[in-house]
Amino acid sequence: MILPALFFYLFAGVCVASAVMVIVSRNPVHSVLYLILAFVNASGLFVLMGAEFLGMMLIVVYVGAVAVLFLFVIMMLDVDFTELREGFIEYLPIGLVIGGIFLAELLLVAGGWVMNPDTAKSITAAIPANLSNTEALGLVLYTKYIHYFQIAGMVLLVAMIGAIVLTLRHKAKVKRQDINVQNARTPELAMAVRKVASGQGLQDTDAAEWVK
Amino acid sequence: MTIGLGHYLAVAATLFTIGILGIFLNRKNIIVILMSIELILLAVNINLVAFSTFLGDIVGQVFALLVLTVAAAEAAIGLAVLVVYFRNRGSIAVEDVNLMKG
Repeated sequence: MILPALFFYLFAGVCVASAVMVIVSRNPVHSVLYLILAFVNASGLFVLMGAEFLGMMLIVVYVGAVAVLFLFVIMMLDVDFTELREGFIEYLPIGLVIGGIFLAELLLVAGGWVMNPDTAKSITAAIPANLSNTEALGLVLYTKYIHYFQIAGMVLLVAMIGAIVLTLRHKAKVKRQDINVQNARTPELAMAVRKVASGQGLQDTDAAEWVK
Repeated sequence: MTIGLGHYLAVAATLFTIGILGIFLNRKNIIVILMSIELILLAVNINLVAFSTFLGDIVGQVFALLVLTVAAAEAAIGLAVLVVYFRNRGSIAVEDVNLMKG
């Protein structure tokens, strides 16, 4: 019984500590690495709670995709990050005040909160005891919440197209392949037969025309 | 020494507060602001999963999955906007994002 509690405090402690390091570390690359640590520990918390599928999903999506995206952008942009840290101390008091207000509000809500006894009756889809978490989640997600699932897929599609549209740019000087032009090419357009006078060679004007 | 719902809610509340604090502390560095938003969404996910587990209702985990989707999409779009902004301005200082004077 002591082991889950021990692991809870381990995961929670490391998660909160690395979250603090995310916002205070000087180098954004370190911030991303601490973000990865925070997410791995949060995934440990999910597994402790019995939500294994979401825990693994957190590792796949965040550590595998989002964190690498962050790292890629940080390393690609040539930015002086020390300059961006100016004003850190300046904003610290107001940040602490507002953070303290938020924490106090959350604690007040959590402290004065009791579960409605009727809540247990209004459960939408109870967790089945004989199924694994992944199976139970799939049984609900693909039946009752299929529309939400598909809308989530649409959100990802729109995000993907949006990211491509935003960042794609055509450089004017780069020559690109145009399939239609290539397919429309005929021997008449591409070749010209000239009679070259002996000893004179091809005239410059002819050559220019021929290249065109 | 059993771990109850309150413990998980406390962790989530702490992470949420750290995320809010991060937005204020790194006013100039939009990359860290995006990371702080990820932390806030993680706190929300922990809340959803904690309630789901302790109430025995799996729908909370479905919602957490949807929040995860939106968080990933938000990170991708945010970083794309950041890259475009950097190309135009040569810096990512968000304090002087007032081109439109709105």
